[in-house]
Amino acid sequence: MASTLKLSQLPVGTRATVRGFPGQGPAFLRLREMGVLPGISITLVRAAPLGDPLEIQVRGYNLTLRKSEAEHVLVEPADDQ
Amino acid sequence: MSESFSESAELPRTPVYALVGNPNCGKSTLFNALTGLRQKVGNYPGVTVEKKVGTTYSQHGRPINVIDLPGTYSLAARSPDEAIVRDVLLGRRADTAQPDRIVCIVDATNLERNLYLVHQVLDLGRPAILVLNMMDLAAVAGLNLRVARLEHELGIPVIPCEAANGKGILELRLAMSRTDLPLSRHRWDIPGPIAPAVSELQASLIENDGRQALIARAEALLLLTDQDAVRVAGSRPLGDQTSAILTNWKRRWDGEGVDWSGILVNSRYEAIARLCADVVLRAARVGPALSDRIDGVVVHPLWGWLVLGGILTVLFLSIFTLAEYPMNWIDGQVAGLGAWVKGAMAPGDLRDLFTDGAIAGVGGVLVFLPQILILFFFLGLLESTGYMARAAFIMDRLMSRVGLNGKSFIPLLGSYACAIPGIMATRTIEDPKDRLVTILVAPLMSCSARLPVYLLMIAALLPDDRVTVGAKVGLMLLMYALGTLGAFGFAWLFKNYLLKGEPPLMIMELPSYRLPRMKDVLFHMLERAGLFLRRAGTIILGISILLWFLTTYPKSSAAVTPQAQITHSLAGAAGRVLEPVIKPLGFDWRIGIGLITSFAAREVFVSSMGVVFGVEDAGGKSPTPLRTALRQARWPGGAPLFTPLVCLTLMIYYVFAMQCMSTVAVVKRETNSWRWPLFQIAYMTGTAWLVCLVVYQAGRAFGF
Repeated sequence: MASTLKLSQLPVGTRATVRGFPGQGPAFLRLREMGVLPGISITLVRAAPLGDPLEIQVRGYNLTLRKSEAEHVLVEPADDQ
Repeated sequence: MSESFSESAELPRTPVYALVGNPNCGKSTLFNALTGLRQKVGNYPGVTVEKKVGTTYSQHGRPINVIDLPGTYSLAARSPDEAIVRDVLLGRRADTAQPDRIVCIVDATNLERNLYLVHQVLDLGRPAILVLNMMDLAAVAGLNLRVARLEHELGIPVIPCEAANGKGILELRLAMSRTDLPLSRHRWDIPGPIAPAVSELQASLIENDGRQALIARAEALLLLTDQDAVRVAGSRPLGDQTSAILTNWKRRWDGEGVDWSGILVNSRYEAIARLCADVVLRAARVGPALSDRIDGVVVHPLWGWLVLGGILTVLFLSIFTLAEYPMNWIDGQVAGLGAWVKGAMAPGDLRDLFTDGAIAGVGGVLVFLPQILILFFFLGLLESTGYMARAAFIMDRLMSRVGLNGKSFIPLLGSYACAIPGIMATRTIEDPKDRLVTILVAPLMSCSARLPVYLLMIAALLPDDRVTVGAKVGLMLLMYALGTLGAFGFAWLFKNYLLKGEPPLMIMELPSYRLPRMKDVLFHMLERAGLFLRRAGTIILGISILLWFLTTYPKSSAAVTPQAQITHSLAGAAGRVLEPVIKPLGFDWRIGIGLITSFAAREVFVSSMGVVFGVEDAGGKSPTPLRTALRQARWPGGAPLFTPLVCLTLMIYYVFAMQCMSTVAVVKRETNSWRWPLFQIAYMTGTAWLVCLVVYQAGRAFGF
C-alpha cells in the first residue's frame, strides 16, 4: 500500500485518493456531504494566491477548503502520474 | 402511504410546490421563468431569511403556488437559510404550510453531488419532480444523461431543462399540472448500525411530536447528521422525549466509536454512485474545460490581483461617477417638488412639515437608489458569472486574519461607496455570526457621504490655497485608512470576544463560469431596490420628520433668520445640553447642532453649519464662504473655534461615529431587532468620542 500524506501537503496538480477522514466536526460533516469521502479520487487544483485556501476537484466539480481542514484529511497519491 | 396524492383526483385547494436545489443550479432562473412577475418577496417571521413565493398556472389555467426555498447542499442545516429549507419541508413552521409537492432542481453537469440533496428530499415521501437543468452545458462537457433510465429508477417525472433558454419549462408546467403525480420508488436501506436508532426516533416522532410516518422517518434520519444544531425563530422545537433518545444514541455511539454521521452520508453517496453509473455516460475526456482555463488567469498569483483590482476599479468608478448624475437629478426633482408645494400651499407649519419634513425625508430615501441599483447590478453580474466565489477565494486569507472568511470581502468593499447596499449584500454570508460582525463593522468603511464633511474640514483646516494638493490627499487617505483599520480591528474584537463561534469555514463551491443572464441580473437589482424602499423607507421618513420637528420647535417669536430659529429650537437646546460632553473634544454647542442634525446623513453637517453660522447657499459648490465663516467663529472668550486641531478631530469623529439613520434603519431590518443597531450606534459613537478625546487632548498638550 502506497504511503499516505496530508491533503495540505499534496503537490498542486496531483491526483490522489482520500483515505483518512475525521469523524467529528461540522467542517468534516459538510465536506462529506459535498462528496469528499474515503475512497473518492480528488485532484488538488491550486492554492489561492496567498497560499490558502486550497481548491480541489472532486466528483467533477471544484471545491475550496482551508489548509487547517486539509491538514486532517489523509490522501494517497495516485500511482499513474 | 396515507398522505399520498397519487389517487386524489384533485387537490382541495391551490397546490403548493416547493422548489429545492443546490446553490448555483439555476433555481432562481427557473423560479423566474415559472412565475414571472407574480412573486412576493418577504422574510420568514423572526429570521432574516428571504421568503419568495410566486404563482404559476397549470395547463388548465389553475393557479399553483410555488415557494422558492434558499439554495442548500443538504438538509442537515449549517445556516439559517438551510434551517429554513429543512423546517419548511418537514412542516415545522407555523407560518408556512408544508408543501404538498416538491420540485427538485439539479445541475446536470454535476449530477452526483446535486443528487445528495435529492436523496434526502425523496425520503420525505412527498410527490416530487426532478428537473435536470443545464442540459446544454452537460452536453458541452461531454456528458450524456439517460433521462428515461433515471425516471425509471426514481419512479418520478424527470424533466430535462435549460431554464436559461426557456427550454423545458412547458414540460415542467405540464408535470406540475398532473393530479396523479407519483411517489418516488425510493427504496433505500438504512445502514445496519444506525437502523435501530432510526426506528426508535421515528416511533418517538410519530408518538410525541405528531409527525406522519414517512416524514418521521426522514426527520429521524436527518436528526442523526443534523443534530438539530441550527434552530431558527418560528420553528417548533423537538419534544423532550425525542431529544432524550437522540442524546442517548449519540452517547452510546461515541462510546463505541461508531462514526454514525459518516455511515449515513457514505451510504447515501453509495446509492447515488450506483444510480449515476447507469445514468451518466461520459464521453472521452474533452480536455480542460473553458472554466479551468479562465481560472488559470483569474486566480493566478499575479494576474488574479490585476483582474480583481480592475474589476473593483470599474465598480467604484461607476458608483462614484455614474451615480452622481441620477443623484443630482433626484436632489433637483425633490427640491423642485418642495418649492412647488411651498408655492401652492399657504405658509404655516403644515406646509413646512410637508416640504422640510416629508418631502426632504422622501428625498433622503430616494437619493440612495442610484448607488444601490449600480452596486447590485455589479454584484448580480459578479454573482451570476461565478466571479464572486473567486473573489472570496482570493481574499479569504486576508479576511481570516480577523476571523472572517472571504465572503465578507465584497460587502465591506461595497461599503466604501455606501454602507446600505454593503449591509444588504451580507446576505451571501451563510454563518450568522460572521454576517452580523460584517454588518456591525461595515459602516466604519468611509462612505461617500463622509466626503463633503472631509472636504469642508480640510478646507477649513488648510486655509491657505498655497497648501499642496498632496497634503489634502494625504489627509483624505488618512481618514480612509483610519476607517478601514477600525473596521478590521473591531471585526477581530467582535469575532474573538463578543460573537465567538466556530472558526468560519471556507468550504465553498467554485461554480463553472457562465454568461450572465441580463434579465435575472436586472430582476435581482430591482428587487433589492424595492426591498430597500419598503424596509428602510418608512424608518428614514420618520426620523426625517422628527429631525425637522427638532429644528423647528419651539418657534422663536423673534426668529427672522434661519440662524436665529435653529439656535432657538429643540436642536439648539440639545446642542447646548450636549456641550459639556463634547467640549473635551474641542466642540461647542453650535457644532453639537451639526452632530445632531447630521444623524439624518453625514453630509447634512455641511448645510447645518451653513445655517448655524448664517451663511446663505452653504450647499453650493464652493466651500469658500462657509470656510471663511468657520474661521471667524469664536468661543465666548474670543478664542477661535475651528482651530486646525478641532477640524482634524471633527474629521476623525465622522470616521467613527454612526451618523446615518438610513444605515440604522437597514441594520434594524437586516438583524430583525433594535438591539444591534443600538449597539452599533453606541460602540461607533463611543469609539469616535474616545478617539477624538485622545487626539484633541494630546494635540492640546503638544501645543496645537
